[in-house]
Amino acid sequence: MGLTLIEKILLRHSVSKKLEDFIYANVDFCFGNDITAPLAAKAFLKAGFDSVFDTRKVGFMCDHFLPARDFKAANNAKLLGDFSRKFKIKNFFDIGQCGVEHVFLIEQNLVKPGQLVIGADSHTCTLGAIGTAAFGVGSTDLAVAMKEGKVWVRLPSTIKFVYKGKIGKWVSGKDIILYTIGKIGVDGALYKVMEFCGPAMKKLGMDDRLTMTNMAVEAAAMTGIVQVDELTVKYLRQNQKFLSGRQAGKIKNQKLLKSLKSDKDASYENIMEIDVSKLEPQVACPHLPSKVRPARSLGGTKIHQVFIGSCTNGRISDLRIAARILRGKYIKRGLRVIVSPATPRVYRQAAREGLIRIFVEAGCIVGPATCGPCLGGHMGILDKGEVALATTNRNFIGRMGHPESFVYLSGPAVAAASAIKGRIVHPEEVTR
Amino acid sequence: MVIKGKVHKFGDNINTDDIIAAKYLDSQDEAFLGSKCMENIAPNFSKEVEKGDIIVAGRNFGSGSSREHAPLSIKGCGVSAVIARSFARIFFRNAINIGLPIIELLEIDNISEADILEIDLSHSIIRNLSKDVTYTTHKYPYFLQEIIKYGGLINWIKTKGGGANEGSDR
Repeated sequence: MGLTLIEKILLRHSVSKKLEDFIYANVDFCFGNDITAPLAAKAFLKAGFDSVFDTRKVGFMCDHFLPARDFKAANNAKLLGDFSRKFKIKNFFDIGQCGVEHVFLIEQNLVKPGQLVIGADSHTCTLGAIGTAAFGVGSTDLAVAMKEGKVWVRLPSTIKFVYKGKIGKWVSGKDIILYTIGKIGVDGALYKVMEFCGPAMKKLGMDDRLTMTNMAVEAAAMTGIVQVDELTVKYLRQNQKFLSGRQAGKIKNQKLLKSLKSDKDASYENIMEIDVSKLEPQVACPHLPSKVRPARSLGGTKIHQVFIGSCTNGRISDLRIAARILRGKYIKRGLRVIVSPATPRVYRQAAREGLIRIFVEAGCIVGPATCGPCLGGHMGILDKGEVALATTNRNFIGRMGHPESFVYLSGPAVAAASAIKGRIVHPEEVTR
Repeated sequence: MVIKGKVHKFGDNINTDDIIAAKYLDSQDEAFLGSKCMENIAPNFSKEVEKGDIIVAGRNFGSGSSREHAPLSIKGCGVSAVIARSFARIFFRNAINIGLPIIELLEIDNISEADILEIDLSHSIIRNLSKDVTYTTHKYPYFLQEIIKYGGLINWIKTKGGGANEGSDR
């Protein structure tokens, strides 16, 4: 019997060299942020641990409540800086260096295909788009992984999603994953791995793939994963041009890359074929990512705020789509539109391409790279009764502020078009 | 170990934002987090809950973020155990790792608000004293029983060391 990609990676990292119901596995990289890592650091110290397993394989990204919204947030970032110095942890990044962790980690080549990566953040699953076994854990897991370089794993089964058909003009990875979550529900992949494949996936860019694996956790999956193909290799090559020296590394192990596929006779819990040819831009309505409807059907929904950014849709392709729609136009009067390029590199590139100017001239607020608005942390908190359309991943009760506020989720095209109209619209309504 | 307490019922897909809102995540203090537990969906919960009480919920309890602040907040407000039809993956491992008893049970519809339950963890039995019914829960796999036995992941590691799992999980 063959193995799925996730099984191959787990087997390669299993301490017992076997795949059992529960395994103890070696970790190639572990990380946390300014919310989860202080808790891990405290658990680490309380346990009396005196060293980390590898000073290069631990990372802290301060991105959630940074730039510091108050004393406590500043203190948590400082705590991580002090902890990093004490234990000689090489990969400590303050907000100005990193921006949003899951976008940053791939940019910096800190995580690679075939590795086993854990992060004390549920959207660690994002990293699966480049063929990494990456999944979210808690702070105690992170504390133990920092010390031991290991994590316990309950062996998951895999659901294979095969996407077919020609992708429509305004449809992106976000629409496909929202549609998928709408189909299977918020616990449709509980404890399982979502493997995304099929001819339609070949037509999507890597940023779209990252958006899809990012939201696997919204269907309760352990992670999402995409097999390594020509696009992955091309993406990694392009990415290396931005890096220098040791950081850049080399994509030398072609044999390893080629092996990062599921076997033909691998066993899946379920195989779902999804035809995307008739798919329209999708929107998830309050208060679950699975309450998905076509954008076209929500024309009457007035909004007070639009947020374009996050680990889901804050990459350069997302900003390009939004800018294409907003170019030469002005947002609806009275609406707040916040654009947050996910990392400093995305920000610089957007500036070079003239996208930042388009946003500013359209009346948008272009903020720093931060997770803040997505989780109601800071910069864009909603008041009672306010409605937001966000390119983020969660629309739970009170997610972006007041418990009686409302969050709709969409891709960047619907978000930008809706910013012009002040209500949720299909992009063709402003581009005809 | 036997836990006895009054039931507080919740529905399906109670997520970690429901359990503890993100704005409080700059704290690592169990008691403070406990005082804000379930604030967005049940504002009076943390005031009404009494030490030893039990949360009973539906499917996918603890979905959403990885914040360990969620099980900490549940512990912090005095709740002694959570029973649910199913748990979200990261919440599940966080609860095991920090020693918060959690039990998967299919018959949660037969349990009502304010019922008094007695959970016998070592015998995998839940007695509903208000309804005079007994439910049998499935045993945790051996691997997890070990972590639970040591009171959480840190103690398990410290006692068994890095080479834990040399054997099989049976």
